[in-house]
Amino acid sequence: MIVAERKSIEEIVEQLAGVRSVLVLGCNECVTVCEAGGKKEVGLLASALRMVFLQQGREVNVGERTIERQCDTEYLEEVRDMMDSFEAVVSLACGVGIQFTAERYPSKPVYPGVNTCFMGAALERGVWAERCQGCGSCILAVTGAVCPITRCAKRLLNGPCGGSTSGKCEISKDVECAWQLIIDRLKALGRLEEYERLSPIKDWSTDRAGGPRKIIREDLRS
Amino acid sequence: MSPKTPSKLEKILRAGHLAVTSECGPPRGSDPSHIVHKAELIKNHVDAINITDNQTSVCRLCSLAACIRLKLMGLEPVLQMVVRDRNRIALQSDILGAASFDIHNLLCLSGDHQRFGDNAQGQNVFDLDSMQLLQTVRRMRDEGKFLGGDPIQRPPAMFVGAAANPFADPFEIRVPRLAKKVAAGAEFIQTQCIYNLDKFEKWMTLVRDRGLHEKVFILAGVTPFKSAGMARYMKTKVPGMDVPDEVVKRMAGTPKDKQAEEGLAICVESIQRLKEVKGVAGFHIMAIEWEERVPEIVERGGLYPRPAV
Repeated sequence: MIVAERKSIEEIVEQLAGVRSVLVLGCNECVTVCEAGGKKEVGLLASALRMVFLQQGREVNVGERTIERQCDTEYLEEVRDMMDSFEAVVSLACGVGIQFTAERYPSKPVYPGVNTCFMGAALERGVWAERCQGCGSCILAVTGAVCPITRCAKRLLNGPCGGSTSGKCEISKDVECAWQLIIDRLKALGRLEEYERLSPIKDWSTDRAGGPRKIIREDLRS
Repeated sequence: MSPKTPSKLEKILRAGHLAVTSECGPPRGSDPSHIVHKAELIKNHVDAINITDNQTSVCRLCSLAACIRLKLMGLEPVLQMVVRDRNRIALQSDILGAASFDIHNLLCLSGDHQRFGDNAQGQNVFDLDSMQLLQTVRRMRDEGKFLGGDPIQRPPAMFVGAAANPFADPFEIRVPRLAKKVAAGAEFIQTQCIYNLDKFEKWMTLVRDRGLHEKVFILAGVTPFKSAGMARYMKTKVPGMDVPDEVVKRMAGTPKDKQAEEGLAICVESIQRLKEVKGVAGFHIMAIEWEERVPEIVERGGLYPRPAV
């Protein structure tokens, strides 16, 4: 899932200076699962905003709504009527949802209520970790299904570097060395000899480096 | 085998001499006298001088410019290049720039992560890794081609090296990793500072078992301790460093005013022992901000005078 973190109430309030009505718009997908921007967080943020505005002596109408997906025009259409009653939107969706909402409602200022962090998984309740950077050209087949681009701080394709100590990365004792994980995994699979294959120079044009990415599936287009 | 490049370091190694290299870190400013002074201190006692490339990610005068200074002094630089700060365009371009000044030695490195330095909030690049940089420079030299495939006018004539850390984890892949670097094109290796000689010898045994010592020149890295504090720091704070307890104890057990001498003694003893290890082709003496003692280490290590080639 896409993992996001809630922005501080202070930052959100600062974004809303002078606003007289605001819709807090949640998303029922990834941000709900990682508890940053679902219905529950929408309620919490809306209450907190009302408190702050009251303390500031401001009369601000704070609305609440959570839709199925903010990255889908169909669901964004569901709030069209509601939008007319609000001057601005605080979106608790990921960066995709925030932008897509703004694209759909060009005259409405849309502010981010979360920091979108990474594509990751829940290690345990309350702990999420990054697992994919969407480089557009997956190499997990040769790295024992551990991604060095995501999990090595130097994204080395032929690691580990000399800073790997006791299975930990040189940047922190709290970070696992991706290449230690790859080697352990290759060993468990009985494929350690594959470690000696040189990984070729990567074509990063499918990554962010190649510019904004788009996928067109002709077979799905009507 | 006859030398493939005009590198003096390569000539010395191929002639079967134990080579001696040292390193200088460029200054944190633009005054060239700093690097000239350091080089003057060691020039008669070493075959080549490495110039570090923003080591520990602390911003300094660039390695290439400092190498050019050494060339202007008639000395033999080893250009260190990390892949942290430059993409493949900049790396190839800097290789050509270095070659235009007839810099004949290149050491290909990953580079410390930027969080250790004074620009921890910066981006890193890592477009290539150190092995891919080795492949790149070998392709430029041997095939006369850029990575993109176009021909290079006057390809770079560089003797190509890499680092090896026999002490990083996991130990079992440390020799396979060296084999990978050799396969990628490394012709010489400068190792991490060696304090755990037993472990280094074990690594060298595995290196010899695979015949790698016949495919690559291995220069054993040594760094003298200036104090017990430095020994403790190296042991606990520097990633991938292996300083045995008894070495730290030996330094700590020496009166403060004698610790520098003890550090030098340990360094010289290490060189003497390592000279006997089959497959060690020379020494890389990294006297961190202590260049003035390098001549003494070389002499006491029995590595002086340096051969003329």
